[in-house]
Amino acid sequence: MGLELYLDLLSQPCRAVYIFAKKIGVPFELRIVELLKGQHCSQEFIQVNPLRKVPVLKDGDFTLAESVAILLYLSRKYEAPDHWYPQDLQACARVDEYLAWQHTSLRRSCSMVLWQKMMLPQFLGERVPPEALAATMAELERCLQLLEDKFLKDDDFLAGPRISVADLVAITELMHPVSAGCSVFQTRPKLAAWQQRVEEEVGAGLFQEAHEVVLKARDLPPVDTAMKDQLKPLVEVLL
Amino acid sequence: MGLELFLDLLSQPCRAVYIFAKKNSIPFELRIVELLKGQHLSEDFALVNPVQKVPALKDGDFTLTESVAILLYLTRKFKVPDHWYPQELQARARVDEYLSWQHTNLRRHCLRVLWHKIMFPVVLGEPVSPEVLEITLAELDLTLQILEDNFLQDKAFLVGPHISLADLVAITELMHPVSAGCPIFDSRPKLAAWSQRVEAELGPPLFQEAHEVILKAGDFPPADPSLKQKLLPRVMAMIG
Repeated sequence: MGLELYLDLLSQPCRAVYIFAKKIGVPFELRIVELLKGQHCSQEFIQVNPLRKVPVLKDGDFTLAESVAILLYLSRKYEAPDHWYPQDLQACARVDEYLAWQHTSLRRSCSMVLWQKMMLPQFLGERVPPEALAATMAELERCLQLLEDKFLKDDDFLAGPRISVADLVAITELMHPVSAGCSVFQTRPKLAAWQQRVEEEVGAGLFQEAHEVVLKARDLPPVDTAMKDQLKPLVEVLL
Repeated sequence: MGLELFLDLLSQPCRAVYIFAKKNSIPFELRIVELLKGQHLSEDFALVNPVQKVPALKDGDFTLTESVAILLYLTRKFKVPDHWYPQELQARARVDEYLSWQHTNLRRHCLRVLWHKIMFPVVLGEPVSPEVLEITLAELDLTLQILEDNFLQDKAFLVGPHISLADLVAITELMHPVSAGCPIFDSRPKLAAWSQRVEAELGPPLFQEAHEVILKAGDFPPADPSLKQKLLPRVMAMIG
C-alpha cells in the first residue's frame, strides 16, 4: 500500500494538504472521511487516528496527524521545490512563524465564522446569538488586518517573494469565510491581489477542485436528529 | 548587538525558549518584558513586536515571534545536537506533529487553568465560578490523557528515546497548572516519571531557574486597577 491521505475537503487543513500533495506530484490514495456523516467516529477511522481528526497521512506503518506536520513531511520526503519550505534560515523562520501563529488566530476565527454564520443555523438548526456572531466577525477582521500588516506587508507572498506552505495554509483558511458569504477580499485589495497570485501559482483548476465541497456547503440540507446528536460536541466547541 | 531574547518567564513559551538557549549555550542578551506590569504594551516593545507578545527574538535586523519558530531558528542557526529536532524524516515529523497539536490543546488548557485558578481571581480580582473552573480542570485532564496515550505511550520521551523540542515545550506548559497548585502528576505516574527524566536531562538548576517566577504564582499581588483595565481585554482574547 502506498501513501494514503485521509481527508475531508470540507476542512481547511485537509485542503492545504490536498493541494500541496497534488501540486508537488505526490502519488497518494485519497481516503475520503466525511465529517458531516460522522465517518471520523467510525471504528475503522478510529484505528487510523484515535483522536478522530483529519487530515491524517499513512505511509506504510507510519501514521501522522496535524496538517503542518504532514505538509513538512511531504515537502521533505518528496523533495518539493525549495520555495515551499526554504532552506534559508530566515526565510524558513518566516514560514514557521506563520504556521505557528495561525493555529490560534486565523484558523480558529475562520472555523468559527463558517460554523456560526452558516453551518450551525442552516445545517444543524442551532440558533447563534447575534452578539456571538458579531464578536466572531470582529475577531476575523482583527486577524485579517494582522495577516496584511504583519505577514504579507509589501511582499508578494506571506514569507517573501515566492509562494510557500504558509500561503497554502492561509488561503485554504480564508476560503472558509468566503464560502459562508463573507466579502473577505472585496474590502482588502492587497489581500485580494495576494489571493489571485496564490491561486495562479497553485493553478485555477486544482484550486477550484479543492474548494468544490466547501463552496457548496451553503446548499447542504439540514442534518437528521441522530447525526445532530453525534455532532453536538462539535457544536459546543464552536459556540 | 548580538542575539536578543525578549522574554517574561511567567509565560510558558518564554520558558521553553530560555531553557533551550541556555542548555545549548547560545549567547544572548536577555531582555525582560514584564507582562504583569504591562511592559509588552509599551511603545518601545511595539517597535520590537507590533503584535505585543513574548517571546520575541532579535538577531540584528531580523525579528522573529512565535516560540516554535524561535526554537527552530535557534536549532538550525546554532546547530544543536540532533535529538532536539532529528534529521531523520519520521522522527522529525513526530516532533512537528507535537509542536502543532499542542497550540490548541495542552497549551490552551494549561493557560486556562492558571488563569481561572489564580490569575483572574487573585491578580485581576475577577472571580471565576466553581463550575467554570471545574470544566477547565476537566478539559486539562482530557488533554493530559491524550498526552499520555497518544504521544508519550511507552517511550522515554514524547517522540522517542531521546529528549526533543516536544518535551521542552510540553514540560514548560505543565508547570503552569503545577504552579497553580494542581497535582497533575499525583495520579499519573507515567507522566511523573517522564517529567523527572526531562528535568534530569535539562539539569535541575536550569529547570528551577526558569520556573522561579511561575512557581511563585500563588503569591502574586493584585494588579493595580488601571493596569487591570489595560490587561483584561488582551487576556480574554488570549484564553477565550
